Amino acid sequence: MSLFGSFFGRGTKTSAPVARDRLQILLAHERTGKGDESDLLNKLHTEILEVIKRHIPVDQDKVQVKLDRGNSVSMLEIDIEVPQIKSPSYR
Amino acid sequence: MAKVLVVTSGKGGVGKTTSTAALGVALAQTGQNVVVVDFDVGLRNLDLVMGAERRVVFDLINVIQGEAKLAQALIRDKRIETLSILPASQTRDKDALTAEGVARVMQELREKFDWVICDSPAGIERGAQLAMYHADHAIVVTNPEVSSVRDSDRIIGMLDSTTEKAKGGGKIEKHLLLTRYDPARAARGEMLRIEDVLEILSIPLLGIIPESEEVLRASNLGAPVTLSSPDSPPARAYAEAARRLEGEKLEITVPTERKGLLARLFKGKS
Repeated sequence: MSLFGSFFGRGTKTSAPVARDRLQILLAHERTGKGDESDLLNKLHTEILEVIKRHIPVDQDKVQVKLDRGNSVSMLEIDIEVPQIKSPSYR
Repeated sequence: MAKVLVVTSGKGGVGKTTSTAALGVALAQTGQNVVVVDFDVGLRNLDLVMGAERRVVFDLINVIQGEAKLAQALIRDKRIETLSILPASQTRDKDALTAEGVARVMQELREKFDWVICDSPAGIERGAQLAMYHADHAIVVTNPEVSSVRDSDRIIGMLDSTTEKAKGGGKIEKHLLLTRYDPARAARGEMLRIEDVLEILSIPLLGIIPESEEVLRASNLGAPVTLSSPDSPPARAYAEAARRLEGEKLEITVPTERKGLLARLFKGKS
């Protein structure tokens, strides 16, 4: 029956391994404790913005803080878009 | 010392009430005093599955609000004298469950019974949280299916953080009960295998309940499957799970249909 099925193109690929892999990836993300993570990112965002504002006028949404969790390495990505800074003629 | 057990899952329809009833019967059949408690206020069903729906006079909410004594609300099973059921209210809403009220009733139940089995409502809201709050053991009922596994993972997280045991720095004992399992489909790669679910959820396995027509038959009759057809594969799986709860070390297998002599002779032809 299964031989017959696979002969006539009923698709040889099984679905359970797909389910397992999807769950493993999803739950690895969900378990990191979303609440704590976004809290951490918010704090980082506010404090980084404060420090930069002391020196350069910058908009709140020009500072982006992102955290990418990988299996072996996690990457904290901080993007800061600054306005054109005039050549440091002062001082 | 009484043991408080919560049967929980997050997802609805995976077999919490069926499992509560079947395990309640199996534990009570050993002569221990067992009470099954329905926490699904507004959508009670444990009474129906246990065949006690016409005997409900008072319920959990009545006891919590002081309108009835616990002894008045408890219904003693007609088939097994050491088994009782405490029904939920069908008309009140779940806000009638107060943390203090539940704590008081649970304390009283602990004094009266050897096992207190709490049938949790689906979801992760107040009702589910109160059902698990006082538990020493949790049975996480899971189907070999992605949404059920994901919800179980979420519930396991809650068991480790929002229960009385967890808040006191202790650990609630968690057990996985895999229900509606079909070994043939798993072997063909059409269904998550036991090992897959165990690897993902990483809590100890209490038992595997095979998919079976007997489960629907049992609820039709209002007799838990461990009573209605004790020799059927799901009933044997529940009975073994109950023995494991009592600390017996039994090898975990998926019970199969016991074939009679005739059927065995004609095996392969059918």
